[in-house]
Amino acid sequence: MREKPVRNRRKFHFLLWLLPVAILMMVLPAEAANAAAASADATAWWVWPLALFVVCFFLGMIAVPAGVGGGVLFVPIVGSFFPFHMDFVRGAGLLVAMASALAAGPSLLKNGMASLRLAMPLALAASISSIAGAMLGLALPANIVQISLGVTILGIAALMIAAKKSEFPHIAQPDTLSAALGIHGVFRDGVTGKDIAWQVHRTPAGLALFLIIGFLGGLFGVGAGWANVPGLNLLMGVPLKLAAGSSSMILSMASSSATWYYLNNGAILPIIAVPSVIGMMIGARIGAHLLTILKASAIRRLVIVILLFAGVRTMLKGLGFWI
Amino acid sequence: METERKPHPEQLHYATVLHWSTLAGFIMLVATFVAYVFSWLPSYVPLERLPQLWGLSTSEYLKATGIPTGWSWLFMMGKGDFASQLGIAILSGCSIACILAIMPVYAKNRNTTYLVICALEIAVLLVSAAGVFSTH
Repeated sequence: MREKPVRNRRKFHFLLWLLPVAILMMVLPAEAANAAAASADATAWWVWPLALFVVCFFLGMIAVPAGVGGGVLFVPIVGSFFPFHMDFVRGAGLLVAMASALAAGPSLLKNGMASLRLAMPLALAASISSIAGAMLGLALPANIVQISLGVTILGIAALMIAAKKSEFPHIAQPDTLSAALGIHGVFRDGVTGKDIAWQVHRTPAGLALFLIIGFLGGLFGVGAGWANVPGLNLLMGVPLKLAAGSSSMILSMASSSATWYYLNNGAILPIIAVPSVIGMMIGARIGAHLLTILKASAIRRLVIVILLFAGVRTMLKGLGFWI
Repeated sequence: METERKPHPEQLHYATVLHWSTLAGFIMLVATFVAYVFSWLPSYVPLERLPQLWGLSTSEYLKATGIPTGWSWLFMMGKGDFASQLGIAILSGCSIACILAIMPVYAKNRNTTYLVICALEIAVLLVSAAGVFSTH
Protein backbone atom coordinates (compact mmCIF):
# COMPACT_ATOMS: atom_id res chain seq x y z
CA MET A 1 0.00 0.00 0.00
CA ARG A 2 2.88 2.37 0.73
CA GLU A 3 4.50 1.66 -2.61
CA LYS A 4 2.40 4.12 -4.63
CA PRO A 5 3.16 7.27 -2.56
CA VAL A 6 6.87 6.36 -2.64
CA ARG A 7 6.75 5.96 -6.42
CA ASN A 8 4.87 9.27 -6.75
CA ARG A 9 7.45 10.98 -4.58
CA ARG A 10 10.23 9.54 -6.74
CA LYS A 11 8.49 10.85 -9.86
CA PHE A 12 8.07 14.25 -8.20
CA HIS A 13 11.76 14.37 -7.32
CA PHE A 14 12.65 13.28 -10.83
CA LEU A 15 10.56 16.11 -12.28
CA LEU A 16 11.96 18.58 -9.77
CA TRP A 17 15.39 17.61 -11.04
CA LEU A 18 14.21 17.69 -14.64
CA LEU A 19 12.94 21.27 -14.54
CA PRO A 20 16.27 23.11 -14.10
CA VAL A 21 17.89 20.57 -16.45
CA ALA A 22 15.20 21.32 -19.04
CA ILE A 23 15.79 25.06 -18.84
CA LEU A 24 19.57 24.64 -18.84
CA MET A 25 19.41 22.27 -21.82
CA MET A 26 17.62 24.96 -23.76
CA VAL A 27 19.71 27.90 -22.63
CA LEU A 28 23.20 26.38 -22.39
CA PRO A 29 23.70 25.37 -26.03
CA ALA A 30 22.79 28.90 -27.08
CA GLU A 31 25.01 30.48 -24.42
CA ALA A 32 27.89 28.14 -25.31
CA ALA A 33 27.47 28.98 -28.96
CA ASN A 34 27.44 32.68 -28.06
CA ALA A 35 30.74 32.33 -26.23
CA ALA A 36 32.28 30.25 -29.01
CA ALA A 37 31.20 32.70 -31.68
CA ALA A 38 32.63 35.62 -29.71
CA SER A 39 36.01 34.00 -29.26
CA ALA A 40 36.44 31.99 -32.42
CA ASP A 41 37.09 33.08 -35.97
CA ALA A 42 34.54 33.15 -38.77
CA THR A 43 34.45 29.36 -39.07
CA ALA A 44 32.33 29.16 -35.89
CA TRP A 45 29.18 29.29 -38.02
CA TRP A 46 28.58 25.54 -37.49
CA VAL A 47 28.29 25.94 -33.71
CA TRP A 48 24.86 27.54 -34.10
CA PRO A 49 23.07 24.90 -36.17
CA LEU A 50 24.59 22.27 -33.87
CA ALA A 51 23.27 24.10 -30.78
CA LEU A 52 19.91 24.48 -32.53
CA PHE A 53 19.80 20.74 -33.19
CA VAL A 54 20.48 19.96 -29.50
CA VAL A 55 17.84 22.42 -28.27
CA CYS A 56 15.23 21.17 -30.75
CA PHE A 57 15.99 17.57 -29.85
CA PHE A 58 15.14 18.41 -26.25
CA LEU A 59 12.07 20.46 -27.21
CA GLY A 60 10.79 17.56 -29.31
CA MET A 61 11.23 15.24 -26.33
CA ILE A 62 8.96 17.28 -24.06
CA ALA A 63 6.52 18.62 -26.70
CA VAL A 64 4.96 15.24 -27.51
CA PRO A 65 4.10 14.12 -23.96
CA ALA A 66 2.89 17.64 -23.12
CA GLY A 67 0.50 17.56 -26.07
CA VAL A 68 1.73 20.80 -27.65
CA GLY A 69 3.25 21.28 -31.09
CA GLY A 70 6.96 21.99 -31.28
CA GLY A 71 6.41 25.47 -32.75
CA VAL A 72 4.97 26.99 -29.60
CA LEU A 73 8.13 26.11 -27.65
CA PHE A 74 10.54 26.67 -30.54
CA VAL A 75 9.74 30.29 -31.44
CA PRO A 76 9.99 31.92 -27.98
CA ILE A 77 13.04 29.89 -26.90
CA VAL A 78 15.07 30.14 -30.11
CA GLY A 79 13.90 33.74 -30.61
CA SER A 80 15.12 34.64 -27.11
CA PHE A 81 18.43 32.79 -26.82
CA PHE A 82 19.77 32.60 -30.37
CA PRO A 83 21.13 35.45 -32.47
CA PHE A 84 18.72 34.90 -35.39
CA HIS A 85 16.28 37.59 -36.48
CA MET A 86 12.66 36.88 -35.51
CA ASP A 87 11.68 36.68 -39.22
CA PHE A 88 13.87 33.58 -39.69
CA VAL A 89 12.88 32.10 -36.32
CA ARG A 90 9.18 32.35 -37.19
CA GLY A 91 9.79 30.87 -40.66
CA ALA A 92 11.63 27.92 -39.09
CA GLY A 93 8.94 27.63 -36.40
CA LEU A 94 6.25 27.21 -39.03
CA LEU A 95 8.30 24.57 -40.82
CA VAL A 96 8.87 22.71 -37.54
CA ALA A 97 5.14 22.76 -36.75
CA MET A 98 4.22 21.69 -40.29
CA ALA A 99 6.81 18.90 -40.51
CA SER A 100 5.73 17.39 -37.16
CA ALA A 101 2.07 17.48 -38.21
CA LEU A 102 2.83 15.95 -41.62
CA ALA A 103 4.86 13.12 -40.10
CA ALA A 104 2.07 12.22 -37.65
CA GLY A 105 -0.71 12.52 -40.27
CA PRO A 106 -0.69 9.14 -42.09
CA SER A 107 -1.03 6.93 -39.01
CA LEU A 108 -3.62 9.23 -37.40
CA LEU A 109 -5.77 9.11 -40.53
CA LYS A 110 -5.40 5.36 -41.04
CA ASN A 111 -6.22 4.57 -37.38
CA GLY A 112 -9.25 6.84 -37.46
CA MET A 113 -7.72 9.08 -34.77
CA ALA A 114 -8.18 12.09 -37.08
CA SER A 115 -11.16 13.02 -39.21
CA LEU A 116 -10.51 14.54 -42.62
CA ARG A 117 -14.13 15.67 -42.93
CA LEU A 118 -13.81 17.58 -39.67
CA ALA A 119 -10.37 18.98 -40.54
CA MET A 120 -10.97 20.18 -44.12
CA PRO A 121 -13.48 23.04 -43.54
CA LEU A 122 -11.62 24.29 -40.46
CA ALA A 123 -8.24 24.05 -42.24
CA LEU A 124 -9.64 26.15 -45.09
CA ALA A 125 -10.56 28.94 -42.65
CA ALA A 126 -7.18 28.68 -40.87
CA SER A 127 -5.21 28.57 -44.16
CA ILE A 128 -6.72 31.82 -45.41
CA SER A 129 -6.10 33.70 -42.17
CA SER A 130 -2.61 32.26 -41.64
CA ILE A 131 -1.45 33.96 -44.88
CA ALA A 132 -2.82 37.24 -43.51
CA GLY A 133 -0.99 36.57 -40.23
CA ALA A 134 2.27 35.81 -42.06
CA MET A 135 1.96 39.02 -44.11
CA LEU A 136 1.46 41.12 -40.99
CA GLY A 137 4.24 39.28 -39.13
CA LEU A 138 6.85 40.09 -41.78
CA ALA A 139 5.67 43.71 -42.03
CA LEU A 140 5.78 44.55 -38.31
CA PRO A 141 8.97 45.67 -36.51
CA ALA A 142 10.74 42.80 -34.69
CA ASN A 143 10.31 44.28 -31.20
CA ILE A 144 6.53 44.66 -31.64
CA VAL A 145 6.30 41.01 -32.78
CA GLN A 146 8.46 39.97 -29.84
CA ILE A 147 6.37 41.82 -27.24
CA SER A 148 3.08 40.48 -28.62
CA LEU A 149 4.59 36.99 -28.92
CA GLY A 150 5.66 37.17 -25.26
CA VAL A 151 2.12 38.17 -24.24
CA THR A 152 0.63 35.39 -26.42
CA ILE A 153 2.97 32.75 -24.96
CA LEU A 154 2.01 33.81 -21.42
CA GLY A 155 -1.64 33.59 -22.53
CA ILE A 156 -1.04 30.07 -23.87
CA ALA A 157 0.52 29.06 -20.52
CA ALA A 158 -2.54 30.50 -18.75
CA LEU A 159 -4.83 28.60 -21.15
CA MET A 160 -2.94 25.38 -20.43
CA ILE A 161 -3.37 25.95 -16.68
CA ALA A 162 -7.04 26.92 -16.83
CA ALA A 163 -8.47 24.85 -19.70
CA LYS A 164 -10.60 21.93 -18.67
CA LYS A 165 -10.84 18.84 -20.83
CA SER A 166 -13.74 16.66 -21.70
CA GLU A 167 -12.63 13.19 -22.77
CA PHE A 168 -15.95 12.27 -24.45
CA PRO A 169 -18.25 15.33 -24.69
CA HIS A 170 -21.93 14.48 -25.03
CA ILE A 171 -23.50 16.21 -28.03
CA ALA A 172 -27.25 15.71 -28.00
CA GLN A 173 -27.93 17.39 -31.32
CA PRO A 174 -25.45 18.27 -34.10
CA ASP A 175 -25.81 21.72 -35.66
CA THR A 176 -27.25 22.12 -39.17
CA LEU A 177 -23.91 22.91 -40.82
CA SER A 178 -22.03 19.92 -39.39
CA ALA A 179 -24.95 17.66 -40.33
CA ALA A 180 -24.87 19.01 -43.89
CA LEU A 181 -21.09 18.49 -44.08
CA GLY A 182 -21.38 14.96 -42.70
CA ILE A 183 -19.02 15.66 -39.81
CA HIS A 184 -19.57 12.67 -37.54
CA GLY A 185 -18.16 9.18 -37.15
CA VAL A 186 -16.96 6.44 -34.86
CA PHE A 187 -13.49 5.94 -33.45
CA ARG A 188 -12.02 3.27 -31.19
CA ASP A 189 -10.60 4.40 -27.87
CA GLY A 190 -7.32 2.53 -27.46
CA VAL A 191 -7.50 2.48 -23.64
CA THR A 192 -11.01 1.05 -23.18
CA GLY A 193 -11.21 -0.70 -26.57
CA LYS A 194 -14.69 0.76 -27.00
CA ASP A 195 -16.10 2.28 -30.19
CA ILE A 196 -17.11 5.88 -29.56
CA ALA A 197 -19.70 7.55 -31.81
CA TRP A 198 -19.15 11.27 -32.13
CA GLN A 199 -20.75 14.32 -33.70
CA VAL A 200 -20.13 18.05 -33.34
CA HIS A 201 -21.99 21.28 -32.65
CA ARG A 202 -21.30 25.04 -32.90
CA THR A 203 -19.58 24.59 -36.30
CA PRO A 204 -20.02 28.26 -37.41
CA ALA A 205 -18.42 29.43 -34.15
CA GLY A 206 -15.66 26.84 -34.72
CA LEU A 207 -14.98 28.24 -38.19
CA ALA A 208 -14.72 31.76 -36.75
CA LEU A 209 -12.37 30.55 -34.01
CA PHE A 210 -10.11 28.80 -36.54
CA LEU A 211 -9.86 32.04 -38.53
CA ILE A 212 -8.35 33.64 -35.42
CA ILE A 213 -6.14 30.62 -34.60
CA GLY A 214 -4.80 30.49 -38.17
CA PHE A 215 -4.01 34.20 -38.05
CA LEU A 216 -2.02 33.86 -34.81
CA GLY A 217 -0.21 30.77 -36.12
CA GLY A 218 0.91 32.62 -39.27
CA LEU A 219 1.77 35.81 -37.38
CA PHE A 220 4.01 34.20 -34.76
CA GLY A 221 5.04 31.00 -36.58
CA VAL A 222 4.01 29.00 -33.54
CA GLY A 223 1.73 26.43 -35.17
CA ALA A 224 -1.58 26.17 -33.35
CA GLY A 225 -1.92 22.81 -31.56
CA TRP A 226 -2.26 24.68 -28.26
CA ALA A 227 -5.47 26.34 -29.50
CA ASN A 228 -6.80 23.73 -31.95
CA VAL A 229 -7.32 21.02 -29.36
CA PRO A 230 -9.29 23.11 -26.80
CA GLY A 231 -11.24 24.70 -29.69
CA LEU A 232 -12.26 21.33 -31.14
CA ASN A 233 -12.84 19.67 -27.77
CA LEU A 234 -14.47 22.35 -25.63
CA LEU A 235 -16.21 24.45 -28.28
CA MET A 236 -17.24 21.89 -30.89
CA GLY A 237 -17.51 18.83 -28.65
CA VAL A 238 -15.00 16.61 -30.44
CA PRO A 239 -13.68 13.72 -28.25
CA LEU A 240 -10.27 14.67 -26.84
CA LYS A 241 -8.13 12.11 -28.69
CA LEU A 242 -9.86 12.75 -32.00
CA ALA A 243 -9.42 16.50 -31.41
CA ALA A 244 -5.66 16.03 -30.93
CA GLY A 245 -5.37 13.93 -34.12
CA SER A 246 -7.54 16.22 -36.25
CA SER A 247 -5.62 19.24 -34.91
CA SER A 248 -2.51 17.81 -36.58
CA MET A 249 -4.30 17.64 -39.94
CA ILE A 250 -5.55 21.23 -39.65
CA LEU A 251 -2.07 22.34 -38.63
CA SER A 252 -0.42 20.63 -41.60
CA MET A 253 -2.64 22.47 -44.09
CA ALA A 254 -2.78 25.87 -42.36
CA SER A 255 0.98 25.98 -41.68
CA SER A 256 1.60 25.03 -45.30
CA SER A 257 -0.04 28.18 -46.67
CA ALA A 258 1.92 30.42 -44.29
CA THR A 259 5.17 28.50 -44.95
CA TRP A 260 4.84 29.21 -48.67
CA TYR A 261 4.53 32.91 -47.88
CA TYR A 262 7.66 32.87 -45.71
CA LEU A 263 9.54 30.80 -48.31
CA ASN A 264 8.61 33.13 -51.18
CA ASN A 265 9.77 36.12 -49.16
CA GLY A 266 13.16 34.64 -48.31
CA ALA A 267 12.27 34.22 -44.62
CA ILE A 268 13.24 30.55 -44.36
CA LEU A 269 16.98 29.98 -43.99
CA PRO A 270 17.87 26.28 -44.41
CA ILE A 271 20.78 26.63 -41.96
CA ILE A 272 18.24 27.51 -39.22
CA ALA A 273 15.18 25.56 -40.37
CA VAL A 274 16.63 22.15 -41.29
CA PRO A 275 18.58 21.32 -38.07
CA SER A 276 15.51 22.45 -36.12
CA VAL A 277 13.21 20.10 -38.03
CA ILE A 278 15.59 17.14 -37.77
CA GLY A 279 16.29 17.71 -34.04
CA MET A 280 12.60 18.06 -33.28
CA MET A 281 11.65 14.91 -35.21
CA ILE A 282 14.27 12.75 -33.45
CA GLY A 283 13.40 14.26 -30.05
CA ALA A 284 9.69 13.63 -30.65
CA ARG A 285 10.35 9.92 -31.17
CA ILE A 286 12.09 9.75 -27.77
CA GLY A 287 9.29 11.88 -26.29
CA ALA A 288 6.75 9.28 -27.37
CA HIS A 289 8.69 6.68 -25.32
CA LEU A 290 8.98 9.12 -22.38
CA LEU A 291 5.19 9.03 -22.20
CA THR A 292 5.38 5.43 -21.03
CA ILE A 293 7.59 6.20 -18.02
CA LEU A 294 6.33 9.64 -16.97
CA LYS A 295 2.85 11.01 -16.42
CA ALA A 296 1.77 13.31 -19.27
CA SER A 297 0.27 15.74 -16.74
CA ALA A 298 3.64 16.09 -15.01
CA ILE A 299 5.42 16.90 -18.30
CA ARG A 300 2.59 19.30 -19.07
CA ARG A 301 3.38 21.17 -15.85
CA LEU A 302 7.05 21.28 -16.85
CA VAL A 303 6.11 22.76 -20.24
CA ILE A 304 3.90 25.39 -18.57
CA VAL A 305 6.87 26.52 -16.44
CA ILE A 306 9.11 26.65 -19.56
CA LEU A 307 6.45 28.63 -21.44
CA LEU A 308 6.14 31.12 -18.56
CA PHE A 309 9.94 31.53 -18.53
CA ALA A 310 10.17 31.86 -22.33
CA GLY A 311 7.18 34.22 -22.48
CA VAL A 312 8.65 36.60 -19.91
CA ARG A 313 12.08 36.43 -21.59
CA THR A 314 10.58 37.14 -25.04
CA MET A 315 8.54 40.06 -23.76
CA LEU A 316 11.50 41.59 -21.89
CA LYS A 317 13.71 41.17 -24.96
CA GLY A 318 11.09 42.95 -27.07
CA LEU A 319 10.92 45.77 -24.51
CA GLY A 320 14.71 46.03 -24.54
CA PHE A 321 15.15 45.11 -20.85
CA TRP A 322 16.92 41.76 -21.33
CA ILE A 323 18.87 41.55 -24.56
CA MET B 1 -25.41 8.82 -36.90
CA GLU B 2 -22.66 6.65 -38.32
CA THR B 3 -21.95 3.27 -36.70
CA GLU B 4 -19.15 2.09 -39.04
CA ARG B 5 -15.67 2.62 -37.53
CA LYS B 6 -13.67 2.28 -40.75
CA PRO B 7 -12.32 5.63 -42.03
CA HIS B 8 -13.81 7.02 -45.26
CA PRO B 9 -12.02 5.84 -48.45
CA GLU B 10 -10.83 9.37 -49.25
CA GLN B 11 -9.24 9.59 -45.79
CA LEU B 12 -7.24 6.40 -46.41
CA HIS B 13 -6.22 7.66 -49.84
CA TYR B 14 -5.11 10.98 -48.32
CA ALA B 15 -3.05 9.07 -45.72
CA THR B 16 -1.23 7.03 -48.39
CA VAL B 17 -0.32 10.06 -50.51
CA LEU B 18 0.70 11.96 -47.36
CA HIS B 19 2.98 9.12 -46.25
CA TRP B 20 4.90 8.95 -49.53
CA SER B 21 5.09 12.69 -50.20
CA THR B 22 6.27 13.42 -46.64
CA LEU B 23 8.89 10.67 -46.89
CA ALA B 24 10.15 12.11 -50.19
CA GLY B 25 10.28 15.58 -48.61
CA PHE B 26 12.26 14.43 -45.56
CA ILE B 27 14.77 12.45 -47.64
CA MET B 28 15.30 15.45 -49.93
CA LEU B 29 15.55 17.80 -46.93
CA VAL B 30 18.27 15.78 -45.21
CA ALA B 31 20.21 14.89 -48.40
CA THR B 32 20.39 18.46 -49.74
CA PHE B 33 21.22 19.87 -46.30
CA VAL B 34 24.11 17.43 -45.83
CA ALA B 35 25.43 18.39 -49.29
CA TYR B 36 25.10 22.06 -48.29
CA VAL B 37 26.80 22.03 -44.88
CA PHE B 38 29.61 19.71 -45.95
CA SER B 39 30.18 22.00 -48.95
CA TRP B 40 29.67 19.18 -51.46
CA LEU B 41 27.63 21.81 -53.24
CA PRO B 42 28.96 25.38 -53.36
CA SER B 43 26.96 28.00 -51.43
CA TYR B 44 25.54 31.19 -52.88
CA VAL B 45 26.10 32.90 -49.52
CA PRO B 46 29.31 31.53 -47.96
CA LEU B 47 28.57 29.60 -44.76
CA GLU B 48 31.20 31.61 -42.85
CA ARG B 49 29.34 34.81 -43.69
CA LEU B 50 26.01 33.66 -42.27
CA PRO B 51 26.64 34.72 -38.62
CA GLN B 52 26.92 38.32 -39.83
CA LEU B 53 23.68 38.03 -41.80
CA TRP B 54 21.15 35.95 -39.88
CA GLY B 55 20.54 38.70 -37.32
CA LEU B 56 19.24 40.98 -40.09
CA SER B 57 15.57 41.28 -40.97
CA THR B 58 14.43 39.47 -44.12
CA SER B 59 14.45 42.62 -46.26
CA GLU B 60 17.93 43.62 -45.02
CA TYR B 61 19.20 40.08 -45.57
CA LEU B 62 17.89 39.97 -49.13
CA LYS B 63 19.41 43.38 -49.83
CA ALA B 64 22.81 42.41 -48.37
CA THR B 65 23.02 39.11 -50.25
CA GLY B 66 21.20 39.98 -53.47
CA ILE B 67 19.18 36.76 -53.16
CA PRO B 68 16.16 36.76 -55.46
CA THR B 69 12.77 35.93 -53.95
CA GLY B 70 9.86 33.82 -55.22
CA TRP B 71 10.65 30.73 -57.27
CA SER B 72 14.01 31.97 -58.60
CA TRP B 73 15.78 29.51 -56.29
CA LEU B 74 14.51 26.67 -58.47
CA PHE B 75 16.87 27.78 -61.24
CA MET B 76 19.86 27.94 -58.86
CA MET B 77 19.79 24.34 -57.66
CA GLY B 78 23.55 24.01 -58.16
CA LYS B 79 24.03 26.08 -55.00
CA GLY B 80 23.69 24.24 -51.69
CA ASP B 81 21.58 26.93 -49.99
CA PHE B 82 19.00 26.83 -52.78
CA ALA B 83 19.08 23.05 -53.17
CA SER B 84 18.18 22.81 -49.46
CA GLN B 85 14.95 24.65 -50.20
CA LEU B 86 13.76 21.82 -52.42
CA GLY B 87 12.96 19.56 -49.43
CA ILE B 88 11.19 22.48 -47.72
CA ALA B 89 9.13 23.10 -50.89
CA ILE B 90 8.20 19.40 -51.19
CA LEU B 91 7.06 19.31 -47.55
CA SER B 92 5.09 22.54 -48.05
CA GLY B 93 3.49 21.02 -51.15
CA CYS B 94 2.42 17.73 -49.50
CA SER B 95 -1.05 19.05 -48.63
CA ILE B 96 -1.60 20.18 -52.23
CA ALA B 97 -0.71 16.70 -53.55
CA CYS B 98 -2.94 14.98 -50.97
CA ILE B 99 -5.97 17.18 -51.63
CA LEU B 100 -5.56 16.83 -55.40
CA ALA B 101 -5.44 13.04 -54.92
CA ILE B 102 -8.75 12.85 -53.03
CA MET B 103 -10.72 15.18 -55.30
CA PRO B 104 -11.54 12.38 -57.80
CA VAL B 105 -12.91 10.29 -54.90
CA TYR B 106 -15.28 13.11 -53.92
CA ALA B 107 -16.18 13.63 -57.59
CA LYS B 108 -16.97 9.93 -57.99
CA ASN B 109 -19.17 9.99 -54.86
CA ARG B 110 -20.84 13.21 -56.11
CA ASN B 111 -19.88 14.92 -52.84
CA THR B 112 -20.04 18.44 -54.27
CA THR B 113 -19.66 20.20 -50.91
CA TYR B 114 -16.26 18.64 -50.15
CA LEU B 115 -15.21 18.95 -53.78
CA VAL B 116 -15.73 22.73 -53.48
CA ILE B 117 -13.92 22.85 -50.10
CA CYS B 118 -10.97 20.96 -51.66
CA ALA B 119 -10.93 23.30 -54.68
CA LEU B 120 -10.92 26.35 -52.40
CA GLU B 121 -8.12 24.93 -50.21
CA ILE B 122 -6.06 24.14 -53.31
CA ALA B 123 -6.66 27.68 -54.60
CA VAL B 124 -5.50 29.20 -51.29
CA LEU B 125 -2.36 27.04 -51.17
CA LEU B 126 -1.52 27.65 -54.84
CA VAL B 127 -2.00 31.41 -54.52
CA SER B 128 0.33 31.39 -51.52
CA ALA B 129 2.84 29.07 -53.25
CA ALA B 130 2.82 31.19 -56.41
CA GLY B 131 3.95 34.19 -54.36
CA VAL B 132 0.95 36.35 -55.29
CA PHE B 133 1.19 38.15 -51.94
CA SER B 134 5.00 38.40 -51.91
CA THR B 135 6.28 41.75 -50.77
CA HIS B 136 9.88 41.65 -52.04
